[in-house]
Amino acid sequence: MSVLLQVDDLRVAFATRHGTVEALRGVSLRLDAGETLGIVGESGSGKSVTALAMMRLLDQAGRITGGSIHFRGQDITRAGRDIMRPLRGAAMSMIFQNPRAALNPIRQVGLQIADVLRAHRPLAAREARDQALELLRAVQIRDPERRLDAYPHELSGGMSQRVMIAMAIACEPSLLIADEPTTGLDVTTQQTVMELLAEITARRGMALALITHDLGLAARYCQRIAVMEQGLLVEEAPPARLFGAPGHAYTRRLVAASPTRHSTVQSLVGAAPLPPPPPRPAGPPLLMVTRLGKSFGPGAPAVDDVSFSLSAGESLGLVGESGSGKSTISRLICRLLDQDAGGIKLDGEEIGLVPAARFHRHAKRRDIQLVFQDAGESLNPRFTAAESIADPLRNLLGLRDRAELRRRAAEFAARCGLEAALLDRFPHQLSGGQRARVGIARAIAAGPRLLVLDEPTAALDVSVQAVVLHLLDQLRRETGLAFLFVSHDLNVVRMMCERTMVLQGGRVVEEGHSAQVFAAPQAPYTAALLAAIPHFEPVA
Amino acid sequence: MASAPALFGVVVFTFLLMRVLPGDPAVFFASGPNAGEAEIQAIRVQMGLDKPIPEQLVRYLWDIGHGRLGRSMGTGQPVTVDLANRLPASLELTFTALLLALCCALPLGIGAALAPNSLLDHGVRLLCTLGVCVPTFVSGLLFIYAFYYLAGVAPDPTGRIDIFASQPPTLTGFLLVDAALAGDWEAWHSAASQLVLPACTMALFVLAPLARMTRASMLAVLTSDFVRTGDALGLSRRRVVLVYALRNALLPVITIMGIVFSTMLGANVLVEKVFSWPGVASYALDALLASDYAPVQGFVLLMALIFVAVNLLVDLLYGLADPRVSVA
Repeated sequence: MSVLLQVDDLRVAFATRHGTVEALRGVSLRLDAGETLGIVGESGSGKSVTALAMMRLLDQAGRITGGSIHFRGQDITRAGRDIMRPLRGAAMSMIFQNPRAALNPIRQVGLQIADVLRAHRPLAAREARDQALELLRAVQIRDPERRLDAYPHELSGGMSQRVMIAMAIACEPSLLIADEPTTGLDVTTQQTVMELLAEITARRGMALALITHDLGLAARYCQRIAVMEQGLLVEEAPPARLFGAPGHAYTRRLVAASPTRHSTVQSLVGAAPLPPPPPRPAGPPLLMVTRLGKSFGPGAPAVDDVSFSLSAGESLGLVGESGSGKSTISRLICRLLDQDAGGIKLDGEEIGLVPAARFHRHAKRRDIQLVFQDAGESLNPRFTAAESIADPLRNLLGLRDRAELRRRAAEFAARCGLEAALLDRFPHQLSGGQRARVGIARAIAAGPRLLVLDEPTAALDVSVQAVVLHLLDQLRRETGLAFLFVSHDLNVVRMMCERTMVLQGGRVVEEGHSAQVFAAPQAPYTAALLAAIPHFEPVA
Repeated sequence: MASAPALFGVVVFTFLLMRVLPGDPAVFFASGPNAGEAEIQAIRVQMGLDKPIPEQLVRYLWDIGHGRLGRSMGTGQPVTVDLANRLPASLELTFTALLLALCCALPLGIGAALAPNSLLDHGVRLLCTLGVCVPTFVSGLLFIYAFYYLAGVAPDPTGRIDIFASQPPTLTGFLLVDAALAGDWEAWHSAASQLVLPACTMALFVLAPLARMTRASMLAVLTSDFVRTGDALGLSRRRVVLVYALRNALLPVITIMGIVFSTMLGANVLVEKVFSWPGVASYALDALLASDYAPVQGFVLLMALIFVAVNLLVDLLYGLADPRVSVA
């Protein structure tokens, strides 16, 4: 095997307003022709910076301060645009996270593929178009003749990523760098895109550098995996050895925090396992949803004839892919949307009749609270953590006494593991995990009985996710809150919820005890979802 | 059609505003300072000013509905005729100035965005600040002083065409177009040289919003993902900047262009005065000073119509430029 890419002691610094920040502090790695290397790590570990540095695509603030990058034996550490431009796209290509944004929104995808071809080969427009069509076929896009003239917004996320792959492989490069290529895609779409990527790179003998935060994904598709932490490469090994016997403490933590088929909320944070919560005395259900329906405009309804019930203290998981209606259901139950059909009973009282626009004044408002996906976006940027937590106390309980508000906010913050010193900070001064805690503290401040959690950990790193899940589980055990847990991550739902409901196209395809649903799925769709999760088997 | 209520509001508001403003047109248009009370009253009755204001408003609306905007006391002509005669002059000046401003603003904005905080960027910022700070009548007078008085390269700033040049036959009202159609290149040249200074004055005034918008929007687009994709796949710099970045960056500039155009038509008044340009804005100003209701009301209605038309045009342009926008 010949060495394709060699990175030695690479150092990259970014100039920021607060001085220079070292993003890479001496990274060395090697990639042979035709090999697949996974680079994993959490946000801020420097994995994307490594990828961009290898392509020499760092923006103006980032600078290579030391080390070297050799590509096919050529030193490209300080190569200028005139040397890099013929290499990029033709010898080394890159695909990005968020494929929709990575494509030019106002140019037909066929033309964008042709642009790449014509940048490196003397082709007439007609020939380039024909080759673009071939490429669309190669990435298995249905109806490629028609897709040539489509704009990116007319394609789904998975389709856009296929187009991006077509562009990247157009000139048959020997190295493909994929930076979180499937983050944000559904699990089944992720599977088809990754299979495609693996198949194409294998058939064309291309080396693949896969950058991802998902250990399972790296384990399934890579021959070697490099683990990065805070600008350093801490460990590098084949997947079996890395997950079987992680050598570095950070790798061990990362492996432990990643949800697998067997993990529990406690095992993620390395705590002693707890028995499942004791069965509660059977009483009338807290929440009764009957034949709920909602459609947005003509076409298939977003939610179609969905019924379920939830007891006090119980936790129900809603899983499904984008468009399955899980978020719509959660918004209907929170009374942020009006349903078209069906009823919602809380404690035997029909709240489905209260229009969403007036529910905020309803006595039951405080009983149902929401934890949002993006804790950063859902906090008022001009409120401190304490003000955010105290807000529902002011609005729903009518508390006005400042000292009392402050005391209560501090109390809820403490229960959510938020240090008192952080209470006066604004959202942008908090980390992702801290913001998530503020969001949870705000949700429980009004003393709800039902907590609707809409992808509460989707934007968090696995180690932070582990801690937040543990916190939520603890809260539920202590306070007897009922959870309606919406997530696309099946492993998280399995750990957090006693019962699971699988949704597809607005309809319930399967419902049952989590252990049962995950061990022996009845519906083929559930089985397909479970099979699509990339996983790794930590050899004990 | 959706703009009909807004247009109606504009019409009524202007009508009432003119009635509220001090000044009695009957007194103003009476034969002289010695006109007697009877004569003034007669004029008042002739103009319909003796009726109560609601009745005047209804009559006015009735007239508008039948395409009549009233008669100007100053020129003695129907307002529609006056406006039709003068609008091409204003439009010709505005279009030329806008074109000139765009030709300067786009390259300057792009250049500034490609090298932020460079000498060029600071130079563009200085030019834009000057363009906004210096009022048009000052820059206009400076231009006249420099190019007409000192250098002597510009013709005297009086009107649209040299009075001794032959007037081309009126087809569109745009002298440059008419002269070109008639093949009268001498007249074309004369009209063009008259146009240069006022157009430059106007262009300098609107350079700032256009150039700054281009720069800001280019800066945003240049850091976007798809520009990085273009770079990552080895497209040439020219292609990345012009096809990938600029075409996307132009979308907000189109919006600003519509606003700038509408503003220019009204803000033209100072330039038209300084250069004795026979446009609609100076016509309206004269009428306003003379308490001549009909022309002012007609002018405001015309401006509102143009504003609506320009917005419609911008929406249509947007639909062409951005496939994500569907013009229903």
